[in-house]
Amino acid sequence: MSRQANRGTESKKMYWYLPFPLPSASLRLMSSELFTLTYGALVTQLCKDYENDEDVNKQLDKMGYNIGVRLIEDFLARSNVGRCHDFRETADVIAKVAFKMYLGITPSITNWSPAGDEFSLILENNPLVDFVELPDNHSSLIYSNLLCGVLRGALEMVQMAVDVKFVQDTLKGDGVTEIRMRFIKRIEDNLPAGEE
Amino acid sequence: FVALFLLLHNEMVTGVYKSQEQGEVENGRCITKLENMGFRVGQGLIERFTKDTARFKDELDIMKFIYKDFWTTVFKKQIDNLRTNHQGIYVLQGNKFRLLTQMSSGKQYLDHAPKYLAFTCGLIRGGLSNLGIKSIVTAEVSAMPTCKFQVIIQTM
Repeated sequence: MSRQANRGTESKKMYWYLPFPLPSASLRLMSSELFTLTYGALVTQLCKDYENDEDVNKQLDKMGYNIGVRLIEDFLARSNVGRCHDFRETADVIAKVAFKMYLGITPSITNWSPAGDEFSLILENNPLVDFVELPDNHSSLIYSNLLCGVLRGALEMVQMAVDVKFVQDTLKGDGVTEIRMRFIKRIEDNLPAGEE
Repeated sequence: FVALFLLLHNEMVTGVYKSQEQGEVENGRCITKLENMGFRVGQGLIERFTKDTARFKDELDIMKFIYKDFWTTVFKKQIDNLRTNHQGIYVLQGNKFRLLTQMSSGKQYLDHAPKYLAFTCGLIRGGLSNLGIKSIVTAEVSAMPTCKFQVIIQTM
């Protein structure tokens, strides 16, 4: 970024250029764009490879799952989050720590079911769809389905079976993006004998 | 984001190769696919990235931009070496290349390295192409986390 300053002194004509954002801010922005664009390229490619949207959705979910399974390690290592005591706490950690850390957004948690095993994450803006418009012939494509897979995979690694799906999507004309999560069960006896 | 990107890239590579396994196994096709995805991303990124920069003087200026600013933002690290013969061939060398550092540094997986580099080749080619330079980008790995990208500029 120091280059920017150099250039200004080289040619005086350039003085009216906007100041470059702070390195850290622009770095962060850039890598988010790298991710968003890469994801876009991936979805495009999948749409070419598979004939119908359902298969693409399935594939995205599967990829997300594989990512989630690995991402949870990175998350636990970096976040210092301990064991959650109930599903409400899990919801908080997902929304306030995990989403913040990886996507830079904090979704709000609403619509708890009376039994407390189901809730919605409301995403005001979804970085994955920053530059996206869905063409008409892909109406059943769930563009951000990768996220569902990630959440499912990550939670499975901490002994929670969950069901995750999109109920609203800004890409389809809804006002917000809503992810519905339902707790299915605790996965037991995953530990090898003799370990706590 | 970086962790996410690395994992996503990983999945992309496996995904592309898996989809190919069912049909005919053609190594070249997969590489091309990954390269094309990179190309598209490179185009998009450079467009966003050069929004606020001054006009470039010449080819060398563009290359410098690619290897300094572009590379640093994409891979969080400056490239270690840039060489040129001043006749349209540039070699960019990264000693600890991000997408390779997660693999064992022995000779064991050397054969697998190309598929993890195709995307990046495309990224560079896409970036250059949007700055008006037609090029061929190839990657070469001789010892594991080190890799060299050779950019050959096509004169129009």
